Amino acid sequence: MSDPSNVDKTRRNLVVGTAAASGLAGLTAAWPFVESMNPSERAKALGAPVEADISNLKPGQLLTVEWQGKPVWILKRTPAMNDSITKADAAVVDPDVKTSKQPADLKGKKLRAQKDDIFVAVGICSHLGCSPKFQPDQDMFYCPCHGSKFDLAGRVYRSVPAPTNLEVPPHVYLSDTLILIGADKKEA
Amino acid sequence: MAADKQVTTTGLLGWIDERFPLTSNWRAHLSEYYAPKNFNFWYFFGSLALLLLVNQIVTGIFLTMHYKPDALLAFASVEYIMREVPYGWLIRYLHSTGASAFFIVVYLHMFRGLIYGSYKKPRELIWIFGVLIFLTLMGEAFFGYLLPWGQMSYWGAQVIVNLFGSVPFIGDDLSLWIRGDYVVSDATLNRFFAFHVIALPLAIIGLVAAHILALHEVGSNNPDGVEIKDNKDPKTGVPRDGIPFHPYYTVKDMFGSMVFLFVFSVIIFFAPEMGGYFLEHNNFLPANPLVTPEHIAPVWYFTPYYSILRAIPPMWESQFPGVAAMGLAVMVFFLLPWLDRCPVKSIRYRGASFKNWIAVFVISTLVLGYLGTVPIDVWGKFGAGVPLVSNTEVATWVARIFTILYFAFFALMPWYTKNEKTLPVPARVT
Repeated sequence: MSDPSNVDKTRRNLVVGTAAASGLAGLTAAWPFVESMNPSERAKALGAPVEADISNLKPGQLLTVEWQGKPVWILKRTPAMNDSITKADAAVVDPDVKTSKQPADLKGKKLRAQKDDIFVAVGICSHLGCSPKFQPDQDMFYCPCHGSKFDLAGRVYRSVPAPTNLEVPPHVYLSDTLILIGADKKEA
Repeated sequence: MAADKQVTTTGLLGWIDERFPLTSNWRAHLSEYYAPKNFNFWYFFGSLALLLLVNQIVTGIFLTMHYKPDALLAFASVEYIMREVPYGWLIRYLHSTGASAFFIVVYLHMFRGLIYGSYKKPRELIWIFGVLIFLTLMGEAFFGYLLPWGQMSYWGAQVIVNLFGSVPFIGDDLSLWIRGDYVVSDATLNRFFAFHVIALPLAIIGLVAAHILALHEVGSNNPDGVEIKDNKDPKTGVPRDGIPFHPYYTVKDMFGSMVFLFVFSVIIFFAPEMGGYFLEHNNFLPANPLVTPEHIAPVWYFTPYYSILRAIPPMWESQFPGVAAMGLAVMVFFLLPWLDRCPVKSIRYRGASFKNWIAVFVISTLVLGYLGTVPIDVWGKFGAGVPLVSNTEVATWVARIFTILYFAFFALMPWYTKNEKTLPVPARVT
């Protein structure tokens, strides 16, 4: 059986070829199964942009809307709240907002907002996906899961588990009181 | 047609034996499988793990008859089982408390392997199959915990799936693929149900079979760590220190099962939630994707690893190091047979260094396990003037120290076991 002079080269090549072809076919067959676990067309459709009406939002108040199943915060910041953000500069990891997950036009803006008094952010901790709590008396968002802290521009504090700032989702003002969340330009 | 197989049995059994290896397997694995005669208390837990596997499968089958894997219906269907299905509460508690019991038994079973050197040559593959069972069991428990669709189910799953999101480069796509949606949702629940009731149980059963086949190939270790096959009766070929598994150990294991079932019943009937450790209080609230509970903790059997995750600070703007450390804390068990370089198996004849390190490992695991159940500020903060640690949580630093000790037990093992001062090992079991 192990005598190499007895090997029929043609048959051996056919065996190797068949094994290789079946292996390839097996891998190819796995693809639809792997792909079937990705978000379905329905899930993608439900992830479409949502509108938020902020006409009733009072200064200092936080509104939570749902986009792609995630909580999105809209915080109407008071001037005192905006001052607290400047004061937090020394305590946060990235005071000048260089590396955040946010629309490109907010780069370098400390307040991380298109309008200084309206802050929009995905209310999901950049650590492991819990939803931090709004703590207006301490001017911060505090994550109960692992103790991460963010200032009112979603900038992460030093020496907490969360590595990066909160995400600001793409959003656009359709009017003064209507925000479209999940899109960066006005669309139907 | 082939010639008839020659068998020694007659009648119906003979008819079967001609067609199926019934008697030969009965002998190979039970009536003529010789196990060391000196098994002690620690040797109950293998058979108890098997008993609990059967319990989980049987109660699981009956739970699926009433449970609905649908984000809108799941929570209510579990409460329906608890309140309206006849004996549904019992079947559900047998399953949920059984999961905790399973982990208790498996941890004790692993500890037995650790102190008696059951992972050492020639039993490395038994150990590796065992660690694979442990990993699969953790997956099984995690998938199962999402199914009641309570607050803790939901946010626990959210946290764990996001662990995969921290993997460099592919993380976001990977966690999206695992969830099948942008957040933990109906799609996630449905697939976790599929993993929990069919995929992983099949894997576990296969791995348990491999674990036992590997064990029966090389024979059981024992509290003395003496190879009984080294001393066989020349006439019969039977190890002198071995006794047939059946009836001797089947009877012993039945006795152990009875005692276990007494204790298990007391817990099922009087403390099935174990004060929030076996079933967490927050899980009696329906899942709410927009509100995170005040304090998130995994079920007790994951808390040592969860503590390690929390203890590691983010590095390079990524929390992947913490995730990697948590993974490593489990994966490192695979390496145990090669980290331990001492030829003596049993702790009875091993040196003080190994015994001390075992103690360090057990204490570290227990402290980390406790810290994983409580909020990070449980012990308050260091004062402002303390160097290095000012204004940081005390518990975080305690967890860091014990994380280092946990890993030191494994990382330093090749050195502290190399020239260990061991006692002479007897030739026969004692």
